[in-house]
Amino acid sequence: MPRRDDLSSILIIGSGPIVIGQACEFDYSGTQACRVLREEGYRVILVNSNPATIMTDPDFADATYVEPLTWEVVASIIEREQPDAVLPTMGGQTALNIAMELFERGVIGVPGRPEMIGANAEAIATAEDRQRFKEAMLEIGLDVPRSGIAHSMEDARTVVAEIGLPVIIRPAYILGGRGTGIASTMEEFERVAANGIAASPIGEILIEESIAGWKEFELEVMRDRADNCVIICSIENVDPMGVHTGDSITVAPQQTLTDVEYQTMRDAALACIRRVGVETGGSNVQFAVDPATGRQVVIEMNPRVSRSSALASKATGFPIAKMAARLAVGYTLDEIPNDITRATPASFEPVIDYVVTKIPRWAFEKLPGTTGILGTQMQSVGEAMAIGRTFPESLQKALRSLEQGRNGLTGDMGSDLLAGLGTGELLRRCAVATPERILEVGELLRRGVAIDVVHDACRIDPWFLDQMSLITEEHERLTGCGPDDLDTRAWRRAKRLGFGDAQLAHLWGVAEDVVRARRQDLGVRPTFKTVDTCAAEFAADTPYHYSTWEDESEVRPSDRRKVMILGSGPNRIGQGIEFDYCCVHASFALRDAGFETIMVNCNPETVSTDYDTSDRLYFEPLTRQDVLDIIEAERPERVIVSLGGQTPLKLAGQIPPELVAGTSAASIDAAEDREIWNRLCDELRIPQPPGGTAVDLAEATAICERIGFPVLVRPSYVLGGRAMQIVHDMDHLARAMAELSASGTLGREGGLSAERPVLIDRFLASAIEVDVDAVRDHTGDILIGGVMEHVEEAGVHSGDSACAIPPQTLPEWVVEVIESYTSAIAERLDVRGLINVQFAVVGTSVYVIEANPRASRTVPFVAKATGVPLAKVATRVMLGATLAELRAEGLLVEPVGGHVAVKEAVLPFNRFPEVDPALGPEMRSTGEVMGIDDSFGRAFYKAELAAGSALPGSGLVFLSLNDLDKPAGIVVARRLRERGLAIAATSGTAEYLRRYGVEVDRVLGKVTDGADGPTAVDLIADGSVAFVVNTPRGSVGRSDGEQIRKAASLHRVSCVTTVAAALAAAQGLGETGDGPLGVRTLQEYHRR
Amino acid sequence: MTDGGLRPGALVLADGEVFEGDLIGAPTGIATGEVVFNTALSGYQEIITDPSYAGQIITFTYPHIGNYGVNAHDSESRAAFCRGVVVREMARRHSNHRAETGLDAHLRALGVPGIAGIDTRRLTRLLRDRGSVTGAFGPGSESDLATAARAEPGTDGVDLVSTVTTAEPYTVGQGPRLIVAYDFGIKTTIVRHLAGLGRVVVVPGGTTAEEVLAMDPTGVFLSNGPGDPGVLDGPVEQVRRLVGRVPLFGICLGHQILGRALGAGTVKLPFGHHGANHPVKDLTTDRIEITSQNHNFAVDADTFAGLGSTVRMTHVNLNDGVCEGLEVVGERCFSVQHHPEAGPGPHDSTYLFDRFADLMDGSTR
Repeated sequence: MPRRDDLSSILIIGSGPIVIGQACEFDYSGTQACRVLREEGYRVILVNSNPATIMTDPDFADATYVEPLTWEVVASIIEREQPDAVLPTMGGQTALNIAMELFERGVIGVPGRPEMIGANAEAIATAEDRQRFKEAMLEIGLDVPRSGIAHSMEDARTVVAEIGLPVIIRPAYILGGRGTGIASTMEEFERVAANGIAASPIGEILIEESIAGWKEFELEVMRDRADNCVIICSIENVDPMGVHTGDSITVAPQQTLTDVEYQTMRDAALACIRRVGVETGGSNVQFAVDPATGRQVVIEMNPRVSRSSALASKATGFPIAKMAARLAVGYTLDEIPNDITRATPASFEPVIDYVVTKIPRWAFEKLPGTTGILGTQMQSVGEAMAIGRTFPESLQKALRSLEQGRNGLTGDMGSDLLAGLGTGELLRRCAVATPERILEVGELLRRGVAIDVVHDACRIDPWFLDQMSLITEEHERLTGCGPDDLDTRAWRRAKRLGFGDAQLAHLWGVAEDVVRARRQDLGVRPTFKTVDTCAAEFAADTPYHYSTWEDESEVRPSDRRKVMILGSGPNRIGQGIEFDYCCVHASFALRDAGFETIMVNCNPETVSTDYDTSDRLYFEPLTRQDVLDIIEAERPERVIVSLGGQTPLKLAGQIPPELVAGTSAASIDAAEDREIWNRLCDELRIPQPPGGTAVDLAEATAICERIGFPVLVRPSYVLGGRAMQIVHDMDHLARAMAELSASGTLGREGGLSAERPVLIDRFLASAIEVDVDAVRDHTGDILIGGVMEHVEEAGVHSGDSACAIPPQTLPEWVVEVIESYTSAIAERLDVRGLINVQFAVVGTSVYVIEANPRASRTVPFVAKATGVPLAKVATRVMLGATLAELRAEGLLVEPVGGHVAVKEAVLPFNRFPEVDPALGPEMRSTGEVMGIDDSFGRAFYKAELAAGSALPGSGLVFLSLNDLDKPAGIVVARRLRERGLAIAATSGTAEYLRRYGVEVDRVLGKVTDGADGPTAVDLIADGSVAFVVNTPRGSVGRSDGEQIRKAASLHRVSCVTTVAAALAAAQGLGETGDGPLGVRTLQEYHRR
Repeated sequence: MTDGGLRPGALVLADGEVFEGDLIGAPTGIATGEVVFNTALSGYQEIITDPSYAGQIITFTYPHIGNYGVNAHDSESRAAFCRGVVVREMARRHSNHRAETGLDAHLRALGVPGIAGIDTRRLTRLLRDRGSVTGAFGPGSESDLATAARAEPGTDGVDLVSTVTTAEPYTVGQGPRLIVAYDFGIKTTIVRHLAGLGRVVVVPGGTTAEEVLAMDPTGVFLSNGPGDPGVLDGPVEQVRRLVGRVPLFGICLGHQILGRALGAGTVKLPFGHHGANHPVKDLTTDRIEITSQNHNFAVDADTFAGLGSTVRMTHVNLNDGVCEGLEVVGERCFSVQHHPEAGPGPHDSTYLFDRFADLMDGSTR
């Protein structure tokens, strides 16, 4: 069945901001879908609120709406664009939920309205509604865990009485398992069930027989219109059931099922997709298997592309989203060629001849109060994937890909720390799933604890444990010798088990260079193999490679001019999709300029690791050894280190200096090195807050005595304000320094040293923070890409703060000063490419806070706000082009104006109810959205709506302000009242407001007083508060404010924690009428 | 540093390529055979015990072999007929509730030698690019192994069926239908499927048409088996005498024998099809099935043209256009090249056994 000619335009719904459970994988799938559908000649309309995505580049769709993802907004877009069809399966749970809301309101999927392609409403409802899904599975004879549905606590108790404890509780219509939990006692049950009912948008939970400890598997299935079905990939979880699959270490292909069992599972997966009725595209089906009996039960299925399908695509080389998009418009699998072999059709099942391991990365250290215990609710913020010929090799590569100071399963500071623990303690610890468990298991195996004993404690399958013990046995053997004691065969054995040079260096107490030199003397070098979907059965010239230690290398470097781009590794808070955007843009720009591009990255979610993005892809850890090995194999002309965030930047000094594209490693260091930087600012007469650097508490104390409190304390060479704090006194300083030294969480990542000192600056209270992204070329010509004024004042990390282009309150002359300071710094640092400079404006004084000669988080936002392809321009400049040449070429265009773009951060607090959601200097947002409109108020309103904290048009606003913020609170309250909202306040705030003539509708008692009458927390819990403004008082602990903010986050009531944001919100509400929001495409905004 | 109990060895191909590794399985001295590769991700036990691999050394492209052990149910025959196995990693410890023993121990019990630690991808690429070659592995010197590899006749023009077929007929299953199954190297899973259709009498490959017809069977099945169909003139002649007289269904070598009996030619493929992921299109329904495959020879569909209009290709391999199935219109016989019984592999093609049942019952064609 060929392409459908009855369709001409298709709307793709994106997944919005990066949140836990929905990350770059949907940029990858959406970008593929956009590309494919345009190649097929359809008019593609895209809506996604996330400006950091590649898919929202105006080049990827005919009409790109960076607008909030609500059904109302999407309905307006449908009204405006009149698409023939809506493809809802590319944008994760967000897109599915919006599609269902649109369907229920008759906007799509009904006769006379746009058709739903990929999955229809019936299929989505069958897969998503747990009861319907379970009934459907039983109907086709598949086994499912015993379960029941509840809409109230009373229902819930009846159900649990029938099933018996332990049970697992899952709310309906949620993403990433939010609100899910296991209960082994009735007390736990009461709590988890109540949370679950609250978390589900329809107040429904499924209570299920607990199968914790069983083996967990996933199959990725594709189906076409002719009912042809194939399995793309099988995945086995190393962590047994009980840990969300997004938080599990997973392996492809499955390892421990016999073919008989695997085929039974395959049959079940095919029956499942057919019964659910996903007409075309990809789905994933999850299974649990009782290791004692082999009993297989179906857990769930996603009727759409998912995080797992992105992983499966990268693991096999089979581009699921691309195929799903083609299938959605009518093709059958046999009509589509296999991208990789080109000679064979896509209607086959990929086979691989290597092992893929994915390990999640968490951010518990940024979320004080969290337990760090993994469960059925996903908590990780990113993941690394590694390819090796065997499980031990891929496991160790994946561990070092995480960039958390791990060299592998053993042989780093983290694993050394475990050596001091007793075996009993380790066994107790590894019974609980935590990010550290894999290392604890490694340590037990290293000690020779029997595999069965370890298995009993952690329930990880004995096959995996035995494979891990191959690593620990090798570790013990290697410990007894040194770099000179290994012959070629011994080197090869260690390398084949995944031991990295850095790991061996740690083991032997020698420099990594020594290890590298010694093995290279013996000719021990990695070979590069190819990912080809067919285990070499057919010739494939796919340029998708991984390193391993075999006889034959398949890579033949070309003689073209080539540039290597180092990607940004696993997503983490502070370093995510924005940097992938920059790397991908670099690749596109260089390809257009005639270079061969070589991408190196290990994040399976991203567009950069799509083998289609660059001429060659190396799916490898971003460590010194791996990068040097690729450089030796490919001999690139230049290596781009400044577009992928801190990850590649840290490697800048470790690769031959002549290879670094653009700004030199020395200049990068100059910006980081406090002494050089201070001298530079002095020479340029650019004011900066007083400060200094310290490597220990004594030095830190001396600085604080000199400059006075409060101070801002931050480590160097980190992103996202990791461990950054505002410190008010000496005690606090001591705590902060302890956190940064060897015993703290950062200690594991290397601790403090003369090379990595801590920076201490006077904290400028009430300053306006400003970010600038600029590009300088080698002639000294400079392009100011964007000046962003932050909404929240200095002290809130720039990544967590909303910001606007153009600046909204700064006088023109201040902007000019900022621009000239930026130019001077770029000039002095001899920047060739991007530079980001942060300023703080206090009254009429402009201070420079820091400068980073690299791509910043805001580059994609600036590009989308101004229409200037900043990353592409910067890339070309790094390779020697001048801005003038790029203007002449047409790549560098004039920025567009006449509108306001607001970037807002998206925070993960609703997943961590135990964490105080007040903003601070340590970044905690996982993603961002953009609101764009004619005025600041409307753009801010859209940004808030897109970030999931809709500003209410009516209802009760609860105000609780600290004394400093109270004057501004008058303006906030007045505007809100004008807009028709009622005001509730704590007694202090209420008294203040009334004194200035603002009416207060309700006065609430303090939460901690235990006074009579409802408190703010009660009103938030019962849904009577529509909006919370609570500014922290600077105190820590269980204050009123903290409880109020936590309650708001738990009950998903919009909450702002700075008065600046409250003012912006009030302005937004004032400028936004009650009618539908206006929508416009980026292409329209960018029209010159 | 010591290598605790490993037995170093090498695999040498007839064209001189050398692969170093460690010997596993049965310590049988030098093993020789035609080297082939199988891309299936699971099912090593079934593959190793599949009689169709007689005369061959099996390379597993998936690196981890032996993970889930070995059990009594999953063997495809009472013994192993392959000459050896080549793997990247042999599991030291297996894990599965069905397992009764480990693969290495099982190889020893079966008398099958193996070699591990090989860059199996390099080997596979060589086999793919140069076609199947003979090879030898074991404890000897490289030159001894090279000599042995060159001396190995391979499978071309060799009758391997006689080495694997049953000596005596035996009966399995019950039911009103009587199926006579020619054992050219029949897999247990096929017998199991046939037994689901009726009483199956498995007969030696040399059984004559008259002997078969004397049993008055409802249908006759032509099994899979090893090697070159070009040398099997005996069975071909017997099958020719059965065509049109009794419903016939052939799989793999049985398909090739039927093809030859109908007058079609057979060809040797460059490196064969050995795996569990090959797409085959049923030309009758246009549906695609993912199939289990294990063959080096194929029926040449180009030769159907000279056979009149009655022989028709029913299935085609979408990867390379190889004939995967044929039928003779009006003569109640059909056959497929791939393995609908799976063992190992997907179950997409099991409908073919139902088709055979319908044919025997006269409800189709």
